[in-house]
Amino acid sequence: MDDRVEQASVRLTIDGVVVEAAAGTSVAAAILNREGATAWHVRRSVSGAARGPLCGMGICFECRATVDGLTHVKTCQLPVRAGMEVHTDG
Amino acid sequence: MAERRGRVVTDVLVIGGGPAGIAAACTAAEAGLRVDVIDDNPTAGGQIWRGGPGGGAPAATAWLARLARSGASLHRATTVIDVMPQEGGPPAIATHAAAGVGVWQARTIVLATGTRERFLPFPGWTLPGVVGAGGLQALVKQGLDVRGRRIVIAGTGPLLLAVAELLVERGATVMAVAEQAGLLRLVRGAAAIIGHPAKLMQAARIRRAIGPVLRTGTFPLAVRREGNAVVVTLASGPSGRERRDDIPCDLFACGFGLVPNVEIARALGCELHAGGIAVDGFGATTVSGVLAAGECTGVGGVDKALVEGRIAGLVAAGRRDQAGPLLREQCRWRRFAALLDRTFVLDRRLAHLAASDTVVCRCEDVAAGRLACHRSWREAKLMTRIGMGPCQGRVCGPAAETLFGWSPDDVRPPFSPTPLGHLG
Repeated sequence: MDDRVEQASVRLTIDGVVVEAAAGTSVAAAILNREGATAWHVRRSVSGAARGPLCGMGICFECRATVDGLTHVKTCQLPVRAGMEVHTDG
Repeated sequence: MAERRGRVVTDVLVIGGGPAGIAAACTAAEAGLRVDVIDDNPTAGGQIWRGGPGGGAPAATAWLARLARSGASLHRATTVIDVMPQEGGPPAIATHAAAGVGVWQARTIVLATGTRERFLPFPGWTLPGVVGAGGLQALVKQGLDVRGRRIVIAGTGPLLLAVAELLVERGATVMAVAEQAGLLRLVRGAAAIIGHPAKLMQAARIRRAIGPVLRTGTFPLAVRREGNAVVVTLASGPSGRERRDDIPCDLFACGFGLVPNVEIARALGCELHAGGIAVDGFGATTVSGVLAAGECTGVGGVDKALVEGRIAGLVAAGRRDQAGPLLREQCRWRRFAALLDRTFVLDRRLAHLAASDTVVCRCEDVAAGRLACHRSWREAKLMTRIGMGPCQGRVCGPAAETLFGWSPDDVRPPFSPTPLGHLG
């Protein structure tokens, strides 16, 4: 990692908190990089149970969140963009 | 609808931009054909050559550069949602992307849809902090920071070791790697890969890094949360006399082998063989004009995917006579795939880990106790809604197959949830 050029980072908002993420990071990874044990709690299931990402590759839909007003976005297949607003069910 | 949103006529449509799809696309485009590659991910490379903020593998960089030079067009973040019969050729393919719906008419379709993890339900597997093994690998490559995190890995297959190696490299502490296959089976498998020196060296390197925490004949019984920690109960030893061991950690990553992605192939009418798309030595499926290459025809790794992709590219370009040397290489990797299957056969006990209140279908929250009384996937689906959520049974289907012996039926269009406004 050390010989790589320092990568640009972008700022986005997750559940009202501004976070910084390296360019190319997925929104799912940015959500999970938050501090604390609740970071892995991204959505609630139909019966209200806490859930977090499972497959990391767009199959399971467990990483769904609301991004810039669009609901049910698979965050593991979406790279971060500057100014993005992400809301989890967590 | 289609006219308004774009209809593309092409020589070759490659579905899937991993190693097999890239090799097929390069080979066909370099022969002078118009080639379009669609992939539902934001970047090409598939799961194994996933880029991200940490950068990609050298082999990936070389193939992706070759793809860029080849003249093939790459369409990222594009998901197949339907197939439609078409006069005089293979079915047309409908896709969805941010821009809307597109329809693709190709003379040849190459399916390179890859594979996904098999998940098996056990008590606690739906808790946050329990993640797929390949899932965690993908998330780390997407920029997940695992420095200082204590991680337990369990399940089966060579992927577990590759995941462990990546996690250690990225600063995590791997507490244990539990491989359900017993030592005897693994030793037999290791003896058989002597014919594959590169794989043997890879195995030896990983063994040095992970050896001390590797437990064979060991599988997860249950997971619970205690405060901020995830506590994994691992079991080992003969049936009925298992030794149990609780390990607290921050994340628990598990995966029980890989399942070929065959949903699009089934919608096209392709026959399956041993869970993968049935193909002959030239990658031809049972549907005229449709080829398949790579993990979706049977899980055997990146070398098998590349050689099958190159063969499919030659066949699409009408140069089947040039495939001779590749066919011998393909045979070797198909034997390797069969060896993987034999080595990592699932222990029957893994089909009985779920308690009656353990969720099997994560989309609809259907527990194992509600499923046991049904005779088939179809009946269970009608009565309980298993497999009817957004993943359309991609996660619970293979699990139900292992638990109850059911064969999940086809997905229905749209194969993936699509905004209604785009389907007008």
